[in-house]
Amino acid sequence: MDLVERTQAALAGIFPESAAAATPPAGEGGQEAPPRERGVLAVDPARHGCHFDVLCRPDEVAAVAIVLDREGFFLETISGVDWLDKGQFEVVYDYSRLGGEHCRVMVHALVDRGEPVVPTISDVFPAADWHERETFDFYGIHFQGHPHLIRILLPEDADFHPLRKDYMP
Amino acid sequence: MTVPVHLRHDETFVLNLGPQHPATHGVLRVKLTMDGEYVVKAEPVLGYIHRMHEKMAESGTFAQFMPYTARMDYLHALAFNHGWALVVEKAAGIEVPERAEYIRVITVELNRIASHLLWWAAFLLDLGGFTPLLYAFDDRERIIDLLERVTGSRLTYCYLRFGGVYNDIDDEFITGARDFIKRLRGRLPRLYHDLVTHNIILIKRIENIGFITSEQCRRYGATGPVARGSGINYDIRKNEPYSVYPEFDFDVPVFDEGDSMARYMVRMHEIEQSMRIIEQALDKLPGGPVMGKAPKMLKPEAGYYYSAVETARGSLGHRLVCNGDKAPYKLKLRSPTFSNLSLFGEVAEGMMLADALAFMGSLDLVIPEIDR
Repeated sequence: MDLVERTQAALAGIFPESAAAATPPAGEGGQEAPPRERGVLAVDPARHGCHFDVLCRPDEVAAVAIVLDREGFFLETISGVDWLDKGQFEVVYDYSRLGGEHCRVMVHALVDRGEPVVPTISDVFPAADWHERETFDFYGIHFQGHPHLIRILLPEDADFHPLRKDYMP
Repeated sequence: MTVPVHLRHDETFVLNLGPQHPATHGVLRVKLTMDGEYVVKAEPVLGYIHRMHEKMAESGTFAQFMPYTARMDYLHALAFNHGWALVVEKAAGIEVPERAEYIRVITVELNRIASHLLWWAAFLLDLGGFTPLLYAFDDRERIIDLLERVTGSRLTYCYLRFGGVYNDIDDEFITGARDFIKRLRGRLPRLYHDLVTHNIILIKRIENIGFITSEQCRRYGATGPVARGSGINYDIRKNEPYSVYPEFDFDVPVFDEGDSMARYMVRMHEIEQSMRIIEQALDKLPGGPVMGKAPKMLKPEAGYYYSAVETARGSLGHRLVCNGDKAPYKLKLRSPTFSNLSLFGEVAEGMMLADALAFMGSLDLVIPEIDR
């Protein structure tokens, strides 16, 4: 079993109830796509740049991180996305492999915009420490359990989160 | 003294390094808790040159962001151009003519050599050697003159376009590039290696200092020469090939020692490998157009896109989220030195201050790229 298959099997283990969700949702021609189910989706790396697209609940990001840590992945980055129309924030984690067989995994979770709390993964990957601070800095997403969640790039006395779509300078 | 000593932690003081300090080469501040000459805790404080490029990306069109990319890593700006072009071409499905791909590789690799030469000069300046800077700048100047001929700028290039490059290279550029490689090959053994690499003062300053394990690289997400100096054979150009890199025969220098000397050696060998790539690209340079067909106003399909390139400092990633509009809905820049610097605190603990600064120099920090 090669690395890509092994990773898929390991990730699918986290979502036992949604094994059937491995088909992309149909949403062609400008139609609103139905909300996707949680689970692992194999995507075309030549088109999207990663092998797997994992949608999970915020309380599952740490479990996914532990599985990927065990498989030898490293954390590339954490990005926030503000879906103002849907009233949600999205946190996107990008994982990759340092050498050997290549595999990229994107993990994303949606949280309520009014109460954006996501558990930290900085205890699994120390790299997440700074990336989570940056996401907190720009979006105000609170990473529960982070040891030192303070602003990183903006001044410490800033009282705004500039990458929120409703931010006006 | 290279072995970290056992610290008592009962009589410490805080030493503020930067934000204006010659050894940080930019506005980086490090809050150091010191026990005499030894570092107890090192905490980098970032953001002094933060410009919020990600917000600027969201407020313009895709093409309008291209000039900003060069303002992040001003030493390997063409790689940042390349990374942005690649992710947008991937999202919008734009084809690039073969000649343009070759020209991209030639100019990006020339720029990589210039970046390594400047790192070499600045690193040795940190360690107290002034003369090497003059040699390195002499060589670097020739690269910049060459690139200025085709790109129009000397540092902050805006040369790549979606679907190609903005200007074709001419015979004078090709001859100039060949002459430069010949010249640098002649100078590297004596002026670079005999004078500096084999110099006992340099060896005493950087050998067996600043050990980074491969596991630390993985946990902190360190890439580029930092990871390759710790025995990790990882180079995006080989592991996740893009552009026409698979067509060239080149090696990825890997050193297992994990100390500052290993990172030094990786970069010195990379200069040679980049020269090999440029030579092969110049030999095989195909004819044809340098711009493909690309729509004036791009509206990529809604979705998530990721693309990575290898810059002089490591893996540069773009996480692009599109919603079908003419502007990026979200662009996250994964800059390599942001992750590389994040392990500084853990590694610098227990080092002498002078060693910690030599270690910091070996990480090859470019602050505008960390702060974005």
